[in-house]
Amino acid sequence: MIATEVKERVQIPLTPESLSAERIAYLESLVAQAKTAAAVFTQYSQDDVDRIVKPMVLAGLEQAQHLARLAVEETRVGVMEDKVIKNMVATEFAYNYVKDKRTVGVIREFRDRNLAEIAEPIGVLFSLTPITNPTSTVLFKCIMAIKTRNAVVFSPHPKAWRCCTEAVKVMYEAAVKHGAPEGVFTCLESPTIPDNAYLMKHKDVALIDATGGPGAVKAAYSSGKPALGVGPGNTPVYLEKSADVNAAVVDIIISKTFDNGTICASEQTVVIDDEIYDTVLQKFADLGAHICSEKDTVLLEHTVIDPQTGFMQPMAVGQKAADIARFIGLAVKPNTKLLVAPIKGVGREHPLSVEKLFPVLAVYRAKSVPEAIKVCIDVNHAGGLGHTAVIFSRNDEVIRKFGEVINAGRIIVNSPGAIGALGAVYNDLVPTFSFGCGTGGGNSTTDNVNIYHYLNIKRLARRTQNHMWFRVPNQIYFNMNAVENLRQFPSRTTIVVTNKALEQIGHVDIVRRHICPKTHVHVTVIPDAEPEVQVIKQGVEALHFYKADQIIALGGGSVIDAAKIMKLQYESPDADLEELAAPFLDLRKRVVQYPTEKTNRARLIAIPTTSGTGSEVTPFAVLIDKEHSRKVTLADYSLSPDVAIVDPQFVMTMPKGLTADTGIDCLTHALEAGVSNYASAYTDSNAMQAIRLVFKYLPIAYENPRDEEARCMMHNAACIAAMAFSNASVGVNHALAHAFGARFGVAHGRANALMLPHVVAYNAAVPTKFMPSPYTQGYTAHKKYAIVADLLGLGGNTVDEKVKKLVEAIEQLLDRLGFPKSIADLGISMEEFERAIPELVKNAFDDPSWRSNPRMPIMTELVELFRKAYEGRGQTKAAA
Amino acid sequence: MPTTAELLSVDEKNLVPTLSAAGKKLSTGGDVVMDFSEVRQIDAPAIKALQEFACLADSKAVKVVLRAVSVDVYKALKLVKLTQRFSFEN
Repeated sequence: MIATEVKERVQIPLTPESLSAERIAYLESLVAQAKTAAAVFTQYSQDDVDRIVKPMVLAGLEQAQHLARLAVEETRVGVMEDKVIKNMVATEFAYNYVKDKRTVGVIREFRDRNLAEIAEPIGVLFSLTPITNPTSTVLFKCIMAIKTRNAVVFSPHPKAWRCCTEAVKVMYEAAVKHGAPEGVFTCLESPTIPDNAYLMKHKDVALIDATGGPGAVKAAYSSGKPALGVGPGNTPVYLEKSADVNAAVVDIIISKTFDNGTICASEQTVVIDDEIYDTVLQKFADLGAHICSEKDTVLLEHTVIDPQTGFMQPMAVGQKAADIARFIGLAVKPNTKLLVAPIKGVGREHPLSVEKLFPVLAVYRAKSVPEAIKVCIDVNHAGGLGHTAVIFSRNDEVIRKFGEVINAGRIIVNSPGAIGALGAVYNDLVPTFSFGCGTGGGNSTTDNVNIYHYLNIKRLARRTQNHMWFRVPNQIYFNMNAVENLRQFPSRTTIVVTNKALEQIGHVDIVRRHICPKTHVHVTVIPDAEPEVQVIKQGVEALHFYKADQIIALGGGSVIDAAKIMKLQYESPDADLEELAAPFLDLRKRVVQYPTEKTNRARLIAIPTTSGTGSEVTPFAVLIDKEHSRKVTLADYSLSPDVAIVDPQFVMTMPKGLTADTGIDCLTHALEAGVSNYASAYTDSNAMQAIRLVFKYLPIAYENPRDEEARCMMHNAACIAAMAFSNASVGVNHALAHAFGARFGVAHGRANALMLPHVVAYNAAVPTKFMPSPYTQGYTAHKKYAIVADLLGLGGNTVDEKVKKLVEAIEQLLDRLGFPKSIADLGISMEEFERAIPELVKNAFDDPSWRSNPRMPIMTELVELFRKAYEGRGQTKAAA
Repeated sequence: MPTTAELLSVDEKNLVPTLSAAGKKLSTGGDVVMDFSEVRQIDAPAIKALQEFACLADSKAVKVVLRAVSVDVYKALKLVKLTQRFSFEN
């Protein structure tokens, strides 16, 4: 009777040996024409393209009936009247979708994201078209190809060749008449499987668009070329008890009889809830369907399904129900629209549960919603994965569940499957004649294939100016006796966290005197060292016990850090410190978020007693986890104290060594923040001011500890530098100092001092490896050092000279403060140091501090920096 | 021995006949410079004419320089692999 691609295209061999030289020359000429046309087409504007598309559509509409008649006469598949509708949908509806779409140049712009999408044509497409929807598929693909400036070589199904050739001719003539390049469409004469194999592998074919059976799709995907392949379906339908039964049955009949069921999205098995099963079948019968008896069903199973393969018989495809019945000897009323066959399961033992591209519909009675959905899943997996599914229901919960568990690119709700899936008629799906079936169907897309699949879409990504920030405590009180400001903070119960030495020299008493009257004050003394987990626990217990609403941290960096962590755990008892310490690259994109829900609230006031760490304004805290022998660094702006009181009376008695160490720590903060990749105008102003203050006042504070002005300015400098590095972070100097200080037990400031001149010279040189940074424009570290040199009045005419002067000035400052010149001067032997270098480099590289360094340190450079620090300063050269 | 290049102005509408005429006059070993500044687009016949002209030029060892080719035309020539057959001047 008739044939379909289902069987014939199951295997398309990819070896074109059987082609003659003459045939190869012919195929080459088709591709050459298409290639030239595609090249010419690249010069067309959007207006040029749109001027061609509209007359093509009108020509297709004009010829819709003629082409439908040709298709039915040639293929003997389907219904002429329905094929007219298909041709009209393929032209008019497709045009309605594409007419205002941009497909040339910039096609979409996302201004807020600085992104633009630009269309690039694909070039030469090789397109297989099916027997079931021959002319409509050609019309649709021609319109899409012109809209996207591509050329197409068509290979119609051999048994639909004449009608497809005519459809290509109609489209080609209209297109060329209105300016399309010559050769933009060509159609294979007498196409054969070896022809297809040859063209699928042709170097100048850029994309295969295979609309057809599984063989064609598989061949396309196996060719090694990019391919759009769509494939067979097996549409399950769930007719749920809440549905409008009348509407559902009519929709199913419309769909399943449309073009005699040749659309692969048409309904195959309807799973009906038990409660409405009989009513539904009666309705089918009333509207012209034949309800099969068990005997009828067995007859159908043995005739319309191939017992060997389990697939539908090609002879039945696209035939009328009455003709199929007559052919197999089934007695039905004249004009029977549909054969409805009850089945009891899905799979090979239930032959009618597969795809049937003719008006035979399987029905299944389900006792419950779960059973119904499971049977639909079975049908979906019996050859229809990724294609189409249908549900009739008014129950949103059931619809949602169905959508979640059924693997189909199109899940059509309360409308006919075939026409619904085509899009733009019953819903807002994109109109198409190619249904992407996703990976379930061996396809690359689940979309309704459309113009965007015929384009290479390029993304023009402009550089985005990332948002930056400057966050510091909102109250900072400074200068001598600033502690008096404590009075303005009312509190029921205040816990003062401090260390023993500070209590002994009377600092705690000074603080007590200025706390708001009537406040209950309790003092928690902690060791003068980086805080341990146990110390934090005890502090938090005290906060809970006294129901504190204010914490005053009086001390150096360790005390203030301890108070920050106590506050965190007091306010958010469930906070997991280990999780919060997880590494991150970008503060705003970090995986772990600090808690915002707070069960207790306490104000944290930080009063520093050293002039270096700046912990009173920073969002960092370091904790020692002795149990696991490690240091935990916490970083989040929620850790920043609420109030900072920078009162120099608390640093007037700092020993000389501590003054120098903390002062150089402060200078390192400022210099590193100044050249950091996160530096901004806001942090620069702080960094520069801090550097100026340190160079001016640190030597004085060191040499004359009782100099109030120098102490005051250094105390301010530490806080100002901390505001800079709280927002711009530090750099490789800190990474080196952390590793070295931890390994050899050297104070942090001292370790920084040993590295500093070498790191400035290193950062000023042309980097071996630049650090990716969206925040900076070009490499500026050397120029910023030169600005520092100018600020300090160091002289020099060129950037290099100024950097050199800065390095010298740092070295002179370190000398004046009595810092050892080298690591060797600390009494560490060369052998011991060399042995330690691998571990030092590993730890320095693991340290997050360098991630904002302007120059990305490579391991060998870290080794070199450590060795330079060992050899000592005085020979540091600012590299050009 | 240095030779004088022949300068040929082409325009979009007469590209094919101009190339055809120029092809007939090609002399062995000479240089031809074609000014494309007036060519906004090329079509399939023009591409074919250029392909033929390139073959002819190759056979007579003539160096052909296309001057002031627009970006769009250059891309079309690139896609049909004609850019490798000519030299280009801006």
